[in-house]
Amino acid sequence: MRLTDLPLRQPAYVDMIDWSALTPSEGQRLREYGLCEGASVEALHHGGFLGKGPIACKVGRMTIAMRRNHAAAVTVRTGPDTGAQDEPA
Amino acid sequence: MSMLPLVALVGNPNAGKSALFNALTGARQKLGNYPGVTVERKAGRLALSDGRPVELVDLPGTYSLDPTSPDEQVTRDVVLGKQEGEKRPDALVIVVDASNLDNHLRFTLELIALGLPTVVALNMVDLATRDGLELDANILSRELGVPVISTVAVRKRGLDHLRQELDGLMNGAPAPYTARPAGDFDTTRNEARRIARAAIVRETPSRRLTAAVDRMLLHPVIGFVILLALLFVMFQAVFSWASAPADMLEGWVTALGEAVTNTLPPGIVHDFLLQGVVGGVGAVIVFLPQILILFFFILMLEATGYMARAAFIMDSLMARVGLSGRAFIPLLSSFACAVPGIMATRTISDPKDRLTTILIAPLMTCSARLPVYGLIISAFIPARTVGWGVGLQGLVMFLLYVFGIVGALVAAWALRLTVTKGESSGFLMEMPKYQWPRPQDLLIGLWQRAVIFLKRAGTIILFTNIVLWVLMSFPKAPDGVRQSEYSIAGRIAGGIHLLVEPIGFNRDISLALLPTMAAREVAVSAIATVYAIDAADDVEALDKGLGERLQGRWSLATALAFLAWFVFAPQCISTIAVTRRETAGWKWTGFMIGYLFVLAYAAAGITYWTAVALGLG
Repeated sequence: MRLTDLPLRQPAYVDMIDWSALTPSEGQRLREYGLCEGASVEALHHGGFLGKGPIACKVGRMTIAMRRNHAAAVTVRTGPDTGAQDEPA
Repeated sequence: MSMLPLVALVGNPNAGKSALFNALTGARQKLGNYPGVTVERKAGRLALSDGRPVELVDLPGTYSLDPTSPDEQVTRDVVLGKQEGEKRPDALVIVVDASNLDNHLRFTLELIALGLPTVVALNMVDLATRDGLELDANILSRELGVPVISTVAVRKRGLDHLRQELDGLMNGAPAPYTARPAGDFDTTRNEARRIARAAIVRETPSRRLTAAVDRMLLHPVIGFVILLALLFVMFQAVFSWASAPADMLEGWVTALGEAVTNTLPPGIVHDFLLQGVVGGVGAVIVFLPQILILFFFILMLEATGYMARAAFIMDSLMARVGLSGRAFIPLLSSFACAVPGIMATRTISDPKDRLTTILIAPLMTCSARLPVYGLIISAFIPARTVGWGVGLQGLVMFLLYVFGIVGALVAAWALRLTVTKGESSGFLMEMPKYQWPRPQDLLIGLWQRAVIFLKRAGTIILFTNIVLWVLMSFPKAPDGVRQSEYSIAGRIAGGIHLLVEPIGFNRDISLALLPTMAAREVAVSAIATVYAIDAADDVEALDKGLGERLQGRWSLATALAFLAWFVFAPQCISTIAVTRRETAGWKWTGFMIGYLFVLAYAAAGITYWTAVALGLG
């Protein structure tokens, strides 16, 4: 499921990020915000009229806002955390 | 450059760095600029626990040492010792938000790896507790390999503790800790998470106050209405709260003028002091309360964390004109002053977005326009309510702000289709936690703004007025001819008048337009000086207020055209200078000056012709 389709306030985990859909600086900024495969994520608000505006979501303990085209590059999964990439081996 | 030891405060944005800086240094701060860039340098003096002074510098917040904007570049260059005009810090205080540890620790590890003497301030522990987090600073210290002090900017104990640690670092006491090398981004991040997890003793489900408030404030409809309401209250307050203190200041200015009249014999010195200095500068100073009220609101919006929400709400609208919600923050700051507003565009990484924002920033109604709007509105718009406690004067003021905003959006749209054409950049932004601003932080901010305003009044505005007074006082007009027309300034104004007569401007305005290039407030003092000189022999006229005298000489259509002119005209030398610096040349600066003058002329003209057609001429 893409982050844009994730229902509001349903905890999820980042499954995959299509870094090629982002410019290098956007990718860097998102990484600095803590967005990475395995990070916990929760959509909080859809902005703009008809929900076409940016999305505010919680990544880890931080709330960040991004536009829908960027959120669409993030694939998420709900359900229990398998923690595949979250824990350092 | 100071010879004192240098300590740099560094950390992520929203880590509470500025509040900690204020708490450590108090009101004695020095604002300046780094050479070659318009990044503000904030420094203050801090006494260590043994009384020795060190210089503390507050570096711009950044997420990593890999900069994406000019202000982040400064932070990196300073800590690496590469910033021109700044020596390499002797020690670092890394400020970390206690409730955002996993994220902030990654940057902390990056900084610790630099090997400078370091202490970590685990900041805002009170907010972390509010969110149900309990942390162990000792575990954190052991894991990081540097001292960690729990701090809350308002509480003295943590601050004293922090000073003691710095004391030890500055005395060159061998740190009992060892620096560790930094790995690549992912390794550091995983390490940061591991340490954060180890340091969190207990975690209860938080009350999520922020999320609950955001449901309202980020709501597409309710949130937008709240934003508009906030702005409306802000502009009403600027008018209604300021009247009492402004009257008081005006009383002082009048008393000072009388004192000049009573102590000095009539003559050129008397005229110069009364008309050129007291009359001119005094007319501007009385607007200090309004400017401080406006800055109070802007500082509140920033300190509470609301500013980022306003950006979120505005993003869809800004996207339509080819900008992002991020551009809304410099634009909102430009309501106070376009200079810090244009400087704040540094946080926009896309060059074309940034250029467009700079070009439209002067359209936001800055506080320097308040004296002009205030004078004209109180002279020509009746002080009555239009219902629901809304004053007509405040409403007109609000409309002037709206014209500025609409003008800016249309201009951005047109610019993005033509001269700054390009891919629209995205909108990525952190939404900080809400917090109640500390009164002392607000007071320090207001104090700094008041000093800047009074310095302007005492330098650029005073100087312009003196020059203007000289140009207007000589040569002396023969009887029956108005001094303001016969003087050198009057003759120059005659030329300008030919250009602006079609848009309804009279000779007084023509005369004021040229010195007003120095700063917009000068329009008020210039007109005050014109009338003071013309009224010198007319005792009755001298007793009247400036507003009353305007009513006698201007038509309503002219007054409205004058207001419309000021919505658009780029009349501020500081804005032009900062634009030249930020766009690195005259090309875009010249373009900005040109298009704004064209807009101002058209707006004033349309206003005047419409008003005359409606019978208001």
